[in-house]
Amino acid sequence: MAVIHDVMPAFELFQPASISDALTLLDRYGSDAWVMAGGLDSFDWLKDRIKRPKVVVDLSQVQGLRGIKEQNGGLEIGAGTTLTEVARHPLVRDKFGLLMEAADLVASPQIRNQGTIGGNVSQDTRCWYYRAGWTCYRAGGNICYADTPTAVNREHAILGADRCVAVNPSDTAPALVALDAQMVIQSASGERVVSAEDYFIGPGTDITRMTVLMPGELLTAIRIPPTWAGAQFYFEKVRDRNVWDFPLLNVASAASVSGENIERIRVVINAAAARPLRLHAVESAVVGKPRNEQTAELAGQIAIQGAEPLRYNGYKIPLMRNLVKRAIRGGGGTWTS
Amino acid sequence: MDFVKWGLNPWGQSILTHVSWTLFWASLFAGVMFFLAHGSYMLLSAHRGRPGTETDRLEAAHANLPTRIERHSLMARLFHWVMAASMFVLLFSAFLPVVGVKFAWVTWHWVAGLVLTGSIVFHIIHASLWLDFWSIWVGPKDIPEFKAEMLRELGQEVPGPKSGKYPLGNRLYHSAIVLAALSAVTTGVLMMSRVRTPFFTRNPYLFGDGAWGLTYVTHGLAGVGLVGLVIAHVYFAVRPEKWWITKSMLLGWITRRQYLEHHEPERWPVAANRPTSRT
Repeated sequence: MAVIHDVMPAFELFQPASISDALTLLDRYGSDAWVMAGGLDSFDWLKDRIKRPKVVVDLSQVQGLRGIKEQNGGLEIGAGTTLTEVARHPLVRDKFGLLMEAADLVASPQIRNQGTIGGNVSQDTRCWYYRAGWTCYRAGGNICYADTPTAVNREHAILGADRCVAVNPSDTAPALVALDAQMVIQSASGERVVSAEDYFIGPGTDITRMTVLMPGELLTAIRIPPTWAGAQFYFEKVRDRNVWDFPLLNVASAASVSGENIERIRVVINAAAARPLRLHAVESAVVGKPRNEQTAELAGQIAIQGAEPLRYNGYKIPLMRNLVKRAIRGGGGTWTS
Repeated sequence: MDFVKWGLNPWGQSILTHVSWTLFWASLFAGVMFFLAHGSYMLLSAHRGRPGTETDRLEAAHANLPTRIERHSLMARLFHWVMAASMFVLLFSAFLPVVGVKFAWVTWHWVAGLVLTGSIVFHIIHASLWLDFWSIWVGPKDIPEFKAEMLRELGQEVPGPKSGKYPLGNRLYHSAIVLAALSAVTTGVLMMSRVRTPFFTRNPYLFGDGAWGLTYVTHGLAGVGLVGLVIAHVYFAVRPEKWWITKSMLLGWITRRQYLEHHEPERWPVAANRPTSRT
């Protein structure tokens, strides 16, 4: 029987008005519940009948998840804050231009008006083999259809592949990792805070999830410490269609410069693996060196060590090298400070 | 309750994918229940070794035997402990993620799997060429021992026969572990063609979907079976009345009295000491 994809399947819809109500619902329904924020990732899954939750918990009425406030010199951003609100907020613009740039490059204005920062960092991968509903590794099966000799895998991973070669498609995720953000996760049993770097997980750790969020848990806020406030930032996103697309690769960096030399730096790349990758080796190699072509060349070469292309995504290796080079010496993307 | 999991392939056909983790919990439960039940039984049952007077008589009759009798050669012991270590790594790397301990387990798993495979190949060659290959297997010749053991379990004093080099339970366990481990190792080596290793060019199309499904389910069944088997093995290894066997796997030898108390000299002949020559 043909599936009419414009029609929503049946599920029980809850629209809690507070975080505590939402947590109670998530605790009650566990893995049967689907958490929906802006709905931009959710609607595809639901309408295509690939994910069939019994219960949808719509967070759009939870005001406690929205808003940006200053906290200890840094920021606390509610997970339900829209990407447009993040990109336009004066505190974000003044102190953390990296996040402003990243949020402003997500998809289209309409999507940024609807999509939330919590949803952007927690969204599922765009691998179409997985999203088509085939029982691949990520869907609980035993094969990666994107990593076969004839697979169409232009957008897939060049690093960190472990059976599954899907990539994380978020633009704000690498910026948050670069800013040493903390992710506040609540559940009925309490609160835990994990670093943005640890929030995202690869297939080697759990092949069926992109983040550490477990059933019953909710990302409620993102805290950005003052560590990198006012630093020199660089964000660049490469995509097929500049008006509206997921990244083929993106890079985010935050740097403090003393005189001519890099004093401390964070460099993070995304859409190269199933999680945003902080390039520790690059960071170690460029600290104490001037921001020039030579340092940038060194960084680019180090960044691609260990990269393994699939059949159609070999272009990502020089692309990543060049993005990292530009993140070190500037040029092409957006410098903000 | 589902015992296996099914999925859809790109042609919309239903395919086997994995064993259900329900069976892991079932195997864990069975192992723990066996441990509790057997432990309770042993608290209440009579000691079933050879009676002391009979052992005294045998010891007097076999005074020319060495005081320390080799039970496991150094190579056999090395195999056992390498296999044990790799088995624990395999089980922990396979099942800790199932119970919620998340870590990058795949590389640990296949490396330990290769160590286990290598140790088993070594063991087969070593046992075939240098050990008494048939001493570990069970056959019709063991029926009298089986009957005697059952009567002893029921509290009766049965003079014989006792076991050869390996107790009957030991040999039955070996048969079960051979079946489970060879199933896991054979399917595991095949499954390595689906993950990235330095040894194979990945080939997910080595088999069709149905054969891969059976491979994964067999691997899973062997894995969950090994959980119960390993629990039983560790339990027996630490039981006080079995400690002399465990100790022999560490030191390589048992005492003459232990040999005579637990074994049938006719079924496990040991060379006597040569008489000291007089000059």
